Formats: sequence, structure tokens, C-alpha cells
Amino acid sequence: MAKHKSLLETLQHQGISRRSFLKFCASTASLMALPPAMIPAVASALEQARRPSVIWLSFQECTGCTESLTRSHSPTVEGLIFDAISLDYHHTLQAASGHAAEAARTAAMEENYGNYLVVVDGSIPTANPGYSTIAGISNRDMLLETATGAAAIISVGSCAAFGGIPHAKPNPTGAVAVSDLITDKPIINVSGCPPIPVVISGVLTHFLTFGTIPALDALGRPKAFFGQSIHDRCYRRPFYDKGLFAESFDDEGAKKGWCLYKLGCKGPTTFNACATAKWNSGTSFPIQSGHPCLGCSEPDFWDGGGFYKPLSTPTEDIAATLVYGAAAGAAAGVALGTLNHARKTRAQQAHAPVTVDDLEKGDGQ
Amino acid sequence: MNETEFLMWVRGPAFQIATIVFVVGVVVRVLEILLLGRKGNLAEARGSATAGGLRTILTRMWPDRGTLQRSTFTVVTGYVFHIGLFVTIFLSAPHILLIRDVFGVGWASLPTTIIDATTVVTIITLLAVLVYRLTNPVQRFLSGFQDYFVWLVTILPLVTGYLAFHRIGMTPPMLLAIHILSVELLMVSFPFTKLMHAFTLFMARWYNGAIAGYRGVRS
Repeated sequence: MAKHKSLLETLQHQGISRRSFLKFCASTASLMALPPAMIPAVASALEQARRPSVIWLSFQECTGCTESLTRSHSPTVEGLIFDAISLDYHHTLQAASGHAAEAARTAAMEENYGNYLVVVDGSIPTANPGYSTIAGISNRDMLLETATGAAAIISVGSCAAFGGIPHAKPNPTGAVAVSDLITDKPIINVSGCPPIPVVISGVLTHFLTFGTIPALDALGRPKAFFGQSIHDRCYRRPFYDKGLFAESFDDEGAKKGWCLYKLGCKGPTTFNACATAKWNSGTSFPIQSGHPCLGCSEPDFWDGGGFYKPLSTPTEDIAATLVYGAAAGAAAGVALGTLNHARKTRAQQAHAPVTVDDLEKGDGQ
Repeated sequence: MNETEFLMWVRGPAFQIATIVFVVGVVVRVLEILLLGRKGNLAEARGSATAGGLRTILTRMWPDRGTLQRSTFTVVTGYVFHIGLFVTIFLSAPHILLIRDVFGVGWASLPTTIIDATTVVTIITLLAVLVYRLTNPVQRFLSGFQDYFVWLVTILPLVTGYLAFHRIGMTPPMLLAIHILSVELLMVSFPFTKLMHAFTLFMARWYNGAIAGYRGVRS
């Protein structure tokens, strides 16, 4: 059974040389910020690793995460590592459907109870269970049931990690993140819309190598990939520091590749590996192709005040507020000034001069 | 409220509230002073009140020699932190974007390294000013709660801005939100404290200069 082969055997079967495999181990180890001495350990652990059972649950999502992970990288080693896990349930990819598919999920859960990984993409609607169902089972029920025997849960994509676009205002389906419903299992958030393929393979590699979940940041994301902001690792950063900005998408600054901060780039507040790992086998990333970062790996990025509005600008119409404020201030100022004037006049009228007689009278007493 | 919502609130409704308090407060206070009025001067003019007023507004930009010699520390630190505040507020790229967003006009920004260095110098100067205020017996005697409060709301945006730029201690959205909130605290305190001197100082200089100019003497 393919399920009982080691990872190296599976890869060799698929024509991956040991050299390519070690190269993958070295690049993954460096991406995860592991010291070079750890590369043999990663390689040896992966060679021995048995294919872990993975149950992939897709809820309120657009399949972009699955596309990102399976399609764009399918010829790479990362793609094959992904193939080398035992993906026992993934209703977009699996051939089975309906009750047969659900039976596969239940069987995988029973066979690997306590050891399987659950990967979730998509948010979970809570306003009405009928908003999203699979084989008549609501997303919420399926998640709670599947999570019971999981070793860990990987929330792939911003929808599963933080609620994502379904969670955007006014959130008609009452969409929530996995971590809002599951609190007793380790959850790794691999956010992004979609997340970078190498990040998910890196998280899997870490799990296979060490048998633990990687170090996570405050938002539950692996620090190795989400430890630095896009801004800090951006190749356009020197232009920001020099004060050289593109003012529009077709001006001289844009053509010269200057900083996109003024065009609304969310790089300074976004943590992800786009600027280093890049996309499409390391070809490029949004800023390199001339578009500001949308901040898609951060919670509520959709409600972040506009993709093309710079971070430092207010979200309300402050110019109008200023005009109304000044008008109200002028009216109040004139009213108060009139009152003050009246008080001054009254004080002047009430003023009684002190005469010498008054003073002498006072002296005599 | 998560940190994105907090940042949105700070950039949106909170900034609006702060702007209203700031504008209404400043306009009311300035109008109150102006509408108080002055009795007409019946004496014959010996010079131009307008010229005197304008001249004094300009000449008081520089300290006279006596003041400089008597209070060198106060004068020098005063200049340093006021220029520092001007540079950090009006010549930093994100701030110019805010100004352009509101008023429709903008100008070139300084490199971040210069803004960064200026921020550090301004913070150190403001700390020195506080130490001097606390250690100098006369200054300490003259200082009240408001003086320390005004010092705090002035230094806070500088410190939070520095932390936000270097991302120290918290997540960037939180740091940015706290920085903007500290500016909003400055804005709502502005009309009700000595910070009003930013507006009244020119009126006061004008008034002094105009009186002297009318009498044909230099103020």
C-alpha cells in the first residue's frame, strides 16, 4: 500500500533524485530559519516519515487556496511533498463523492485517531447551519466532529485563519475562523489569500521532521514565515527610506519602481513571506509586479479602510469635518463673545466708584 | 474589538471626534479673545500699528541677547524641540499624505533616516526639558499639573511614532493605532491647555508690537 511507503520512497517512485530532495530540505530548512546543521536531520526525518493522514475540509471558500497549493506548484518538489501526504479526504480533489466521500473521511478518522492532520480552508458560517453544508452536514458540525481525533489543525488561508472575506462587513453568514470554534487543539494559521505554497509545505515538513507544531506568533502563524513584515523585506524599501514614491500607477516613480506606500501599500502592517519566498516558483510577488500589498495575510484585511488608501490617512472625510467644525466653532465663538461682552458691559454699569467719604467711613469703624 | 477594528476606529470616528474638538475649541477660544475688543485709542498715532505688529511677529522669532545669556538652556532646548516637532510633523512622508488627503496640498518629504534622527533628538531634548523643570527650583515652583500634562501629550506622539516606525513591542497595526490615538489625545487637549500658544502667540506678538508701533516706538 502506498500509504505505508516512506516519503523518500514515494518521491523516488515519482522520479525525484536524492540531490533534488536534499536541495528541497536545505531550502526549506533555511526558510524555516533553521541552522544548516539541521539539514541532515530534516532530510533523515523526511526519509523515514510515513505518510501522515490528512483530512482537508473546505468550507466557505473560493478554492483559491487549493489552486495555489496544488496547481501552480505541481511540478516542484513542494508539490510532490504535498502529494506524498495521504490526503484521505478533499472533496474538491477526490474522485469519490456523496456518502462514499464521507465514508472515506470517517474511515481515515478511525484508522488514524489522534494522529491525523486536519487542514481547513474557508470560514465557518454560524448564523444559519444551512448556509454551507457538505453531504447534508453543516460546516460547523463537520469541523467539530473531524477535529476530535486530530493531532493538529492547519487553517489554510485567511478565511480559515481569521474569517477572511466571508467575515468582511456586514458578515451576512456569521462567518468565523477555525480558532473561534476549536480551542482544545493546536491550530496553525497559514494565512494569506491565498497562502504561499512553500509555507504550507514548510509547515508540513516541520510537522514531519519534529513531530511538533512550529513556533507561532500572536496570531497563531508560523514565525519562520510570518516573522517579518513585507515592508521590512521589500526590495523597494530603500525608496521608502529615501522618500521616493510612486504617486500614481503610471507616473515616473511607478516606472522607476519606487515605493508604493502612497498608493495604499499595506506592506508595513502585513506579515508574510511574499517578499522572500515569492510566488510562481520564486518569480515575483505583487509589489514586484507594481501593485501595492493588500495585506491579505492579516485579519480583516478586507475592512482595512481601502486597498488604495495610504495607511496614514483617515478613513472618514476629515475635510468636511473641518469645515463643519470651523462653522460650528465660529457660531459658538460669536455667541460666547457676545455673552462675554454683555457681562463686561453689566460689570461696567454695576461699577460703583469709591469716594473719599466712603474710605473715611471705613476708617472710622 | 480586534486590532484591525481598533485601527479603523482610530483612523475613522476617533480622528473625526478629535478634529471636531480641536477645530471647535481653537476657533471658539480665538474668537473669544478677539471679540472681547479693546477701547479705541484716542491718542494721536505716532507710527504705524500694523507695521509695528508685523515687525514684532518677526523679530520675536529670535531671542534677544539678554534672554539668551540668562536662560541659555531654556532657549536652546526650546528651539531644538520646536524645530524637531516641525520637521517630524510636516516633513515626514506619511504625515504629508494625511495633509494632502485633508487639504489637497502636499510637498516633498525628507528621507526617513533624517526624520528618525530628528525624532530621537527631539525626544532627548524634551526629556532634558523635563529634568530641568524638575531640578530647577524656580521652574519647579512655577510648574503645575498642566505643564506636566502638556509635556506628556507632546512627547507621546514622538515616542509612539518612533516605536511604530521601528515596530518595537507590539504588532504594527496596534503600534500605528496607538500612535494615531496619541495624536488624537494631543488634538483634544490642544484648545484647553497652554498648547493654544501655537495660535495665540502670533496674536500676542501682534498686540504688543501694534501698541508700540502706534506710539512710534519699537517693542
